[in-house]
Amino acid sequence: MSTAWDVDALLDDPSVEVIVCAGSGGVGKTTTAAAIALRAAERGRRVAVLTVDPARRLAQALGTDGTPGDAADDAAEAGAEAGADEGDAPGPDEPRGVPGVDTRRGGSLDALVLDARRTLDGLVDAALPPARAAQVKANPVYVSLATSFSGTQEYMAMERLGQLRAGRDTAAGWDLVVVDTPPSRSALDFLDAPTRLASFLDGRFARLLMAPVRFAGSARTSTGLRAAGGRVVGALAGGVAAVMDRVLGGRLLRDVQALVEGLDEVFGGFRERAEVTSAALRDGRTAFVVVTAPEAEPLAEAVFLTERLRSAQLRPAAVVVNRAARAATGLDAATARQAAEALRTGTTGGAARGGKTSAAAEKAARVLDLQVELLERVERERRLVAERLADSGAPTALVPALDGDVADLDGLRAVGDALGRNR
Amino acid sequence: MIAGTQARGATPRLHVVTGKGGTGKTTLAVALALSLADEGRRVLVCEVEGRQGVSRLLGTEALPYEEVDLAEGAGGGQVVGLAVEPRAALVDYLDTFHGGVLGGRGGRASTVLDRAGAVEFIADVAPGLRDVLLVGKVYEAVRRTTTGRSDGGTPVYDAVVLDAPPTGRITRFLGIGDELAQLAAGGPIAARAASVAALLRSEQTAVHLVCLPEELPVTETLEAAAELRAADLPLGSVVVNRVLSAAAGDDDGGTPASVRAALLRGLGSARDGAQDGAQPGQDDVEALVTDLLTQNRVRAGRVGEQRRWLEAARAAGRPVRELPDLPGGVDLDGLYRLADDLAATPLPTPGDVPTSAGGVA
Repeated sequence: MSTAWDVDALLDDPSVEVIVCAGSGGVGKTTTAAAIALRAAERGRRVAVLTVDPARRLAQALGTDGTPGDAADDAAEAGAEAGADEGDAPGPDEPRGVPGVDTRRGGSLDALVLDARRTLDGLVDAALPPARAAQVKANPVYVSLATSFSGTQEYMAMERLGQLRAGRDTAAGWDLVVVDTPPSRSALDFLDAPTRLASFLDGRFARLLMAPVRFAGSARTSTGLRAAGGRVVGALAGGVAAVMDRVLGGRLLRDVQALVEGLDEVFGGFRERAEVTSAALRDGRTAFVVVTAPEAEPLAEAVFLTERLRSAQLRPAAVVVNRAARAATGLDAATARQAAEALRTGTTGGAARGGKTSAAAEKAARVLDLQVELLERVERERRLVAERLADSGAPTALVPALDGDVADLDGLRAVGDALGRNR
Repeated sequence: MIAGTQARGATPRLHVVTGKGGTGKTTLAVALALSLADEGRRVLVCEVEGRQGVSRLLGTEALPYEEVDLAEGAGGGQVVGLAVEPRAALVDYLDTFHGGVLGGRGGRASTVLDRAGAVEFIADVAPGLRDVLLVGKVYEAVRRTTTGRSDGGTPVYDAVVLDAPPTGRITRFLGIGDELAQLAAGGPIAARAASVAALLRSEQTAVHLVCLPEELPVTETLEAAAELRAADLPLGSVVVNRVLSAAAGDDDGGTPASVRAALLRGLGSARDGAQDGAQPGQDDVEALVTDLLTQNRVRAGRVGEQRRWLEAARAAGRPVRELPDLPGGVDLDGLYRLADDLAATPLPTPGDVPTSAGGVA
């Protein structure tokens, strides 16, 4: 079994500027990120937490549940001038102060929800003149890229992280950014996404697509590839263009080409920032917390992720095992079973003697059955966690299942306390 | 139990299993495949996300991009596994349909595209295309016959179970025709997408939604059900996984004082039987009983909460099927237990109408 994690040592270390919570879906990653952020803030750090798709009640607790978009829609429906309300209140994807945080130790907590589409739109708007930005955003491939490309959310989480880190010198003055990562096909997507965007823009194929345009400025028209005609076929040697045309249809190729061209400028700045962010991820300023659950598949994913982090020279600070079962202490399964049996057969002496089991005895027996079940769970999970994480090399923290959904700051504090008690 | 589950309508041959991450999609997909094999059928279980969830669950070698035997069913059936990988699926597709596209002068289409980096581009990056390649391979497996022709012979697989992407992406994943019609207008891939879409929207397909009786999974399930319905994709059942068995409740009789007294009695008699070790003091036993009762109340609360989310899941407008929580975890025994459960009461399909609340096993 690996060592127990000292979460407070990490949170109190001013050289730690970013904490990334990673893991497979459905293991309580968002809750863990929020709990770590709250604990850090109440220990005196100035924290921004970036969440991805929080449960409604958690979003309410963080004050990120408002949707100004809805308000604007309502106004439009009511016949008011569309857009009149825009720009008033910050959207859920802008950092907002979390109400109810204990700031006595000088800390603060701002929370925001990732909105990949708005972040990408913002990048395009910032990099291009309005007319060309509109053109890029209307490209069918862009729409598809913004909403369904498997790496877009991950990129935009990375971009947003970069923007938040830049906020350390502003009035907000965050000195710690806690990031929840998107629920991915695999937990590694967050790390792999930047490479994938690079392969989209810098790959051989994208360069081939760009080539004729660079050779012939006149081809940079809305008709795109077709206008470049023979030159394209020349550049895409070996009949690639012909094959692409036959298989995909010419229009897709034109759209992709126009988009690659349009985004090239947009991502110039992104690439620089991504490199800075990426460098920061690789030094001591960033800690990765791998979140998992005490079940075979999430644990396997967690081990895989810690190994991947190490091989990428990244630092897995801890593995947090959420929702661990617990049982009352001081009563082992054998004794509980015996007691339940005695109650059911009426061999306990006293009132129940005489054959017929009373309702109270049956209910008491079921209370004992539950203890047996919970002990079995605790035992199985302990074995599984010990076995799977034995060689992970990262400290671990077991967070017991709480008595209900984590739906308010007190719930988050309880999770934070469980992390702190882990030692 | 749902009356007439098997009598009504066509039996789907393609079962698509989706759900929020961590709800047990893969578990259901494999258990469903095992249950169908137990009825003597030859079943293919496909995964498309490169997670190797199926092999991890079964404790076998990682699945390759080829069909491998995984298990035999009690009724003489067989479960075959396949991990569909987009690059391999693209090469497969190009070689089957466009092998001669260059008229022999430039070699195979897939080789030409691979050299240009286009295979990587299409399979990994170009949005939508990746999905049509993945589903396209599943489509091919559903339609494959012993004679190799689509219009004759018997199907190679009696059923195909697809361990699909999670609810957040499922409609886009299955609704490939619409997006590609826009993106790749007129190309053969768009045509391929159209035939795939036709199968997905036919009565041969059932999309099952897996969730847990909790807020986020149920909310996502309702959203996905609405989206899938709007996209004309045929919904099978909503499967609520890991439903806890009921705890002893307040209305089970016995006053709190009498239950407490019974516990003290039971523990006392069990400890008298055990002659080793020191007997705990009376205060310790009282404290233990308090802990046990609290623990029971917490469980009863969770069960009540689960019932509420189970009811909420009915808003999807599909039959709701419960699967029990397995205290021993989903090991092989657990999987076969779920498979037996599914064999005894088959999953509702799109032809089944939801019964009134509480009418489902």
